[in-house]
Amino acid sequence: MTAQPRGAVGEWLAALRGAPEVSAGPAGTPGTVKFSAGAREALGDPRLRRDLHAAAASSRRRRAEATGELDDWEHLRAAGRAIKDHTLLNLDTYLEEVDRAVTEAGGSVHWARDAAEACDVITGLVTATGEVDVVEATSAVTREIALTEALAAAGIRAHETEPAALPGDASQEPGVGARRRLRELFRDAGVAISGADFVVADTGTIVVVESGGDGRMCGTLPATLITVTGIEKIVPTWSELEVFLQLLPRAGAGSRMTPYVSSWTGVTAGDGPAGFHLVLVDNGRTDALADEVGRAALRCIRCAACLDVCPVYERTGGDAYGPVHPGPIGAILTPQLRGVEGPLEASLPYASTLCGACADVCPVKIDIPAILVHLRGRVVESRRRRPVPTPEMAMMRSAAWALADSGRYEMALRQATRWARLLARGGRIRRLPGLLGKWTDARDLPAPPRETFRAWWAGGRRRWPARGARPPG
Amino acid sequence: MRVGLFITCFNDALFPRTGAAVVTLLERLGHEVTFEPAQTCCGQLHWTTGYHREAAGLARRFAGLCERLLSENDLVVTPSASCAAMIRESYPRLLPDLAAAPRAGPAAASPDAPDGAAPSWRDSVYELSEFLVDVLGVTDVGASFPHRVTYHPTCHSLRALKVGDRPRRLLSAVRGIDLVELPAAEECCGFGGTFAMKNADVSVAIVADKIRHIRETAADVVCAVDNACLTHIGGALSRLRSGVRVMHLAEVLAETA
Repeated sequence: MTAQPRGAVGEWLAALRGAPEVSAGPAGTPGTVKFSAGAREALGDPRLRRDLHAAAASSRRRRAEATGELDDWEHLRAAGRAIKDHTLLNLDTYLEEVDRAVTEAGGSVHWARDAAEACDVITGLVTATGEVDVVEATSAVTREIALTEALAAAGIRAHETEPAALPGDASQEPGVGARRRLRELFRDAGVAISGADFVVADTGTIVVVESGGDGRMCGTLPATLITVTGIEKIVPTWSELEVFLQLLPRAGAGSRMTPYVSSWTGVTAGDGPAGFHLVLVDNGRTDALADEVGRAALRCIRCAACLDVCPVYERTGGDAYGPVHPGPIGAILTPQLRGVEGPLEASLPYASTLCGACADVCPVKIDIPAILVHLRGRVVESRRRRPVPTPEMAMMRSAAWALADSGRYEMALRQATRWARLLARGGRIRRLPGLLGKWTDARDLPAPPRETFRAWWAGGRRRWPARGARPPG
Repeated sequence: MRVGLFITCFNDALFPRTGAAVVTLLERLGHEVTFEPAQTCCGQLHWTTGYHREAAGLARRFAGLCERLLSENDLVVTPSASCAAMIRESYPRLLPDLAAAPRAGPAAASPDAPDGAAPSWRDSVYELSEFLVDVLGVTDVGASFPHRVTYHPTCHSLRALKVGDRPRRLLSAVRGIDLVELPAAEECCGFGGTFAMKNADVSVAIVADKIRHIRETAADVVCAVDNACLTHIGGALSRLRSGVRVMHLAEVLAETA
């Protein structure tokens, strides 16, 4: 058995906020569009397909070079995993440490149980400054809590910097004109909102790793800085940070170093922002943390390596995964953060061939296929409660019943192969009914031979079994 | 050596020739092959689709059967990397206690068991190319196959079992073979079990690129160690009337002049 997180972080957070402990439940509104439907749209876009293919190819090449040149890459990965696991299992202690360190450095810490609370806190902080314009360095968590929309609803204009400055995504860098406009925005803004890649617990330091420099501008020019981040971003000390500053650029952009590594700690008189606020967001993370298998997803350092090697992402791009976390990591994060009941969330664990390429490159060794299979189990469990079983469930149950006994299995084998042969023409099946029709829409199925292997064996192995199944050579 | 064959339900129904090829090949190499007809399925389909209660029942049944196979044979061999991976890599997550049980009966080589630990019964289940190269120590099995062949390393053989270049070494030693490298060989074919139906459009988009690479090699035969993946690749090749055949490694290695 794996150890449980020390104390229940959810309970601890609730106590800290003086609120009674209630389960926040699945965070946010469930996605209504299944992955397969979103994917179909993307598959029909030739330009997207070409761009994704080219980006994947060059990213894979660069990453292989950047990781291959280190003798201790595998040790770094193991260390990254161990540090993240240790921190997650002791998250209550480290969150307290962050709270203490940030406060001692002159900043304020705010706790948000879900997206709505996070948006309320941030909106309140901005309103208190009297500003109506803010600069927002968009990050996964600001998209996750739909911050821009919440600010707009409160009459605050959020000027977003370039979206999704994923380290792997150097092509997203703004041009000269756009950069000048951004610089002016930063100069004039009274409030900036940033994300965080790491929060160093013992010093209360925020670390942002980026290719474009927007995060650094957040920490220098505006009078008030609000950093919003998920509670899983913590590392204990700067010594552990060292490991991730090697892992992230090499796994992400395939570079030895990221152009901008910025850090800020509380406030310093006469230098940088006069007010600093850290908003720590749960939004489903403590639910994920309570799942012994699924919690490994919270190790993610957002390098995007899993996206670049994924055969599914390479064809669909990110939109089909929903608005926040794309790619294989999104397929295991989103259902954990939002629950597996919604059509999108229930389909995401199945948006993978389980080929394992993602697990091979993940710098913190998240076994994504294992978590996908685990979450598929949660999806099926949630469907077992339905009064009428789905056609798939009926099929899977009767298959399990037949396979549990060799007599039943042999009879099912005889029946199924006989029916299948009736549907075949010239050794191939071109159209099947029901769920299997999804296969024959674009692929043939070989007709099962008259003799199964066991029949061949029992019949004294007199002649070579008929080919039957194979298309003519 | 006495080898218990785990044929797998998929091969039993659809690819008896693969099983016959394993029998022919191993007997040619001087080994005895047994087949226990009580065997059905390892539970992989139910496990990967999320039906874990059903998978646990099937896995429990298979573990019991395997115990019997291992008491009567030196080891178990299967012509399916994904079923071998199910037993060796996924059973510990599905049935932790049962999966950890040490092997009863005569001990066999188990290169995967950690030092000091009693080898699990699961380590005595081998994929065919592992058995040939690691246990028997052969790469030249005396086969002859004068055709242009390309090899697709299936995901579970490559990333779960890590069979590496064992199948390629076996193919390279075949007389008369014209073995050509498949471009982007290590990329998935898009099968993924029920993925091929649940996400049929993406699955077809992935296999379309695999087919393109296969055609670039001008090979007559695509070879792999998993018939499930070959059914997917072969199904697309057949729909396109490409004239390219798919063959399991065992069938190529069973061919003689």
